[in-house]
Amino acid sequence: MIKLNVNGKDYAVDVSSEVPLLWVIRDHLQLTGTKFGCGMSLCGACTVHVDGEATRSCVTPVGDVAGKKIVTIEGLPPDLGNPLQTAWTAEEVPQCGYCQPGQIMAAAALLALNPKPEDAEIDDAMSGNICRCGTYPRIRRAIHLAAKTTSARGEQ
Amino acid sequence: MNGTSIDIRRRNFLKASAAVGGGLILGFYVPSRGAEIAAAQVPPPAVEPNAWIRIDSNGNITILVAKAEMGQGVYTSMPMLIAEELEVNWDKIRVAPAPAAPVYKHTVFGVQVTGGSTSVSSSWDQLRTVGATMREMLILTAAKQWGVAPETCQAKMGLVKHSASSREADYGSLAEQAAKMSVPQNVTLKDPKDFKIIGKAVPRLDTPEKIDGSGLFGLDVRILDMLIAVVARSPVFGGTVKSIKDDQAKKIPGVKIVAQVPTGIVVAADDFWSAKQGRDALEIVWEEGEGAQLSTEALREQYAELAKAPGAVAHKEGDAGQALSGAAKQLEGVYEVPYLAHACMEPLNCVVDLREDRCEIWTGTQFQGGDQNAAAAVAGLQPEQVKINTMLLGGGFGRRANPHSDFVVEAVQVAKALKKPVKVIWTREDDMRGGYYRPLWYSKLAAGLDEEGKPVAWTHRIVGQSIIAGTAFEEAMIQNGIDGASVEGAADLPYAIPNLLVDLHSPKNLVPVQWWRSVGHSHTGFVVESFIDELAAAAGKDPYEFRRNLLAAHPRHLGVLELVAKQAGWGQAPPAGRSRGLSVHASFGSWVAQVAEVSVDKNGQISVHRVVCAVDCGRVVNPDTVKAQMESGIIFGLSAALFGEITLKGGRVEQSNFHDYPVVRLDESPEVDVHIVPSSERPTGVGEPGTPPIAAAVANAVFAATGARVRRLPMTADRVKEAMKAM
Repeated sequence: MIKLNVNGKDYAVDVSSEVPLLWVIRDHLQLTGTKFGCGMSLCGACTVHVDGEATRSCVTPVGDVAGKKIVTIEGLPPDLGNPLQTAWTAEEVPQCGYCQPGQIMAAAALLALNPKPEDAEIDDAMSGNICRCGTYPRIRRAIHLAAKTTSARGEQ
Repeated sequence: MNGTSIDIRRRNFLKASAAVGGGLILGFYVPSRGAEIAAAQVPPPAVEPNAWIRIDSNGNITILVAKAEMGQGVYTSMPMLIAEELEVNWDKIRVAPAPAAPVYKHTVFGVQVTGGSTSVSSSWDQLRTVGATMREMLILTAAKQWGVAPETCQAKMGLVKHSASSREADYGSLAEQAAKMSVPQNVTLKDPKDFKIIGKAVPRLDTPEKIDGSGLFGLDVRILDMLIAVVARSPVFGGTVKSIKDDQAKKIPGVKIVAQVPTGIVVAADDFWSAKQGRDALEIVWEEGEGAQLSTEALREQYAELAKAPGAVAHKEGDAGQALSGAAKQLEGVYEVPYLAHACMEPLNCVVDLREDRCEIWTGTQFQGGDQNAAAAVAGLQPEQVKINTMLLGGGFGRRANPHSDFVVEAVQVAKALKKPVKVIWTREDDMRGGYYRPLWYSKLAAGLDEEGKPVAWTHRIVGQSIIAGTAFEEAMIQNGIDGASVEGAADLPYAIPNLLVDLHSPKNLVPVQWWRSVGHSHTGFVVESFIDELAAAAGKDPYEFRRNLLAAHPRHLGVLELVAKQAGWGQAPPAGRSRGLSVHASFGSWVAQVAEVSVDKNGQISVHRVVCAVDCGRVVNPDTVKAQMESGIIFGLSAALFGEITLKGGRVEQSNFHDYPVVRLDESPEVDVHIVPSSERPTGVGEPGTPPIAAAVANAVFAATGARVRRLPMTADRVKEAMKAM
């Protein structure tokens, strides 16, 4: 039994500690917002937060994150999620949408650390997340927009 | 798929079907214009008890969309066509995927499919008429209830009004009765000047579920008692299982069944990871057969050899041979593009629940019609016993419209072998190595210029596999030895050159090939627009002026060319360190011109900073979608221009995942600046036409930057450096 805390809920999962976190989240906890894209930490579709840090769940053995705070797209706290999701909507970012939960999780981790990222910082944080529909220019704009609305709210 | 624009005028069958669940259902059918794709012999469809519009008693309206949503925006554009005529508030509109049924056949292709950038163009008359007919039925219902003449009533914002008596009724209260109306014929469609929804940047209806993780893709489906399976497939195309040892695999906890299926060995387990561990533990000896001999290097040599002899003539004007030998200046060029994987973000997958008398399928498919028939054949059922649930597609790009329904057929075979509901998952490696690639193409060109630098002859010999050969569409679509999709964008060269010859060799081999976003245009756009640039350079002319002079008879080419030149600042100096390249290409009924701003470092590394794009796709339904599709097509094409290449050695595909099949990432993505030519012509395609011009725009910019001509994709740093050295 491995004890996990996902989106604030405690779970005990009967799996071997080497199983990647992604498949525990998807197949055992049935949270399917976190996507499978490559299985090799190459595309970012599986991005979740582990203790606040953007983490590729497809290569993270579940045993390594026992007892840590895991957050998936379904449990993204509103203070992080809302500005991004609003900006994603305003910029009409998603096309097929498959990579977008991973994109948003990566962007949320970036903004949590760096509320006003420059383009180069966005490049660094987001270039691990592939989008085959090519929504990159809109993702970039949406992150800037979310940063703006978040900071505007912070200053109020 | 076919690139010609669609013009549907005939409407001869319109019928309402029975009400389901108290709402109003309308079925509507436009017969196929004919033989552009297989399904030429479309039988008149039976009237189905389902269709396009459902209105509940609260006035909420659900539009069933027969097209697959794979990012191109049909879950918004299709409802827009209906809502415009229906006279409703956009916030009342919901969307649901239509099932596979004859009523949802593509109005031109005659089979339920999403492809060829035709969703809007083929639905333009059909769905507006559906909306208008529904509106009339609601008016007739209200008029009857009030005992007034229908002409004195008006439909507006979800209400039918009779101003003379100050009465009004909302659609929700009328829907059930309206369902029983006989269907009015010859409804009048709006004058475009009265459009309230079409032409506006209406927000996409599928955004909310795509940003909170709730949207369900095929991979997310879970049904009762379902096993999860992976298949060990032959490492070479066409191989079969010779022998198998599975005792270790069966020992993996969670593994439930190991079985043989036509494509290999299936391992089914309670969860994906156990199934994959089980597959890794299999010991299989493969009978590889002749597929083991395949090598892309050998194919390139074979194609070069073939290109020495004339092929089947795709287009001929004048006498190109004679004009060429008499020309003041002659040019030659050999262009090559590789096999390409679609590499959709969502690897292939399919859920099947197979019972004795029915089969239910959940998958992201572009080809419900073909998949339904193929699944029925494998299951030993009738097509109507196969229910297809179209899930969101995590990318399609053509891969999910497989002419053999490969991933659906295999999943049904797996379900048959397991006798259990099952989800078959392909890993990224399975997906990358599973074939159905954009074909490898070899093009040999020659051209002649007269003393003023005017082209007098152009020959283009194309060598590559036909996508259609060996499919059910072969008979209908290959004419006189020409698969139109092999030469599209080349045989219809728009430039005014008096002597032309385009011919084709279609060698066969075991590598499965398929349409890949923009199909034949994905190679001809690069080749033609690069070689015309070579001609401009040889003539000592500006690439823009050179093209303009040769396109005088093509106003819509000129329209996008002039717009892109203006917006990109062509003729003015580019920003320091950057060079510009231009291209223009028509495909899927639309015209697109692009200017790429690039820089090239001394190692041959290309950076694409900015792309300016002009598009003429006729009347625009959703301008933001048009822009998004241009951005998307450009970045997709850029991945192929810079990185994409599938190679085979000893029959094995050498690439496996995104480390050895790289795609453009955010830090490599250019700014994209899209401009739309205003038009009142019929709408044409947008999903694909953004892709063909970009590789040439970049290659032409590389030429402008370095003087080196890169004639082979992808334009890796090594190849660019080599071309720079060769100067």
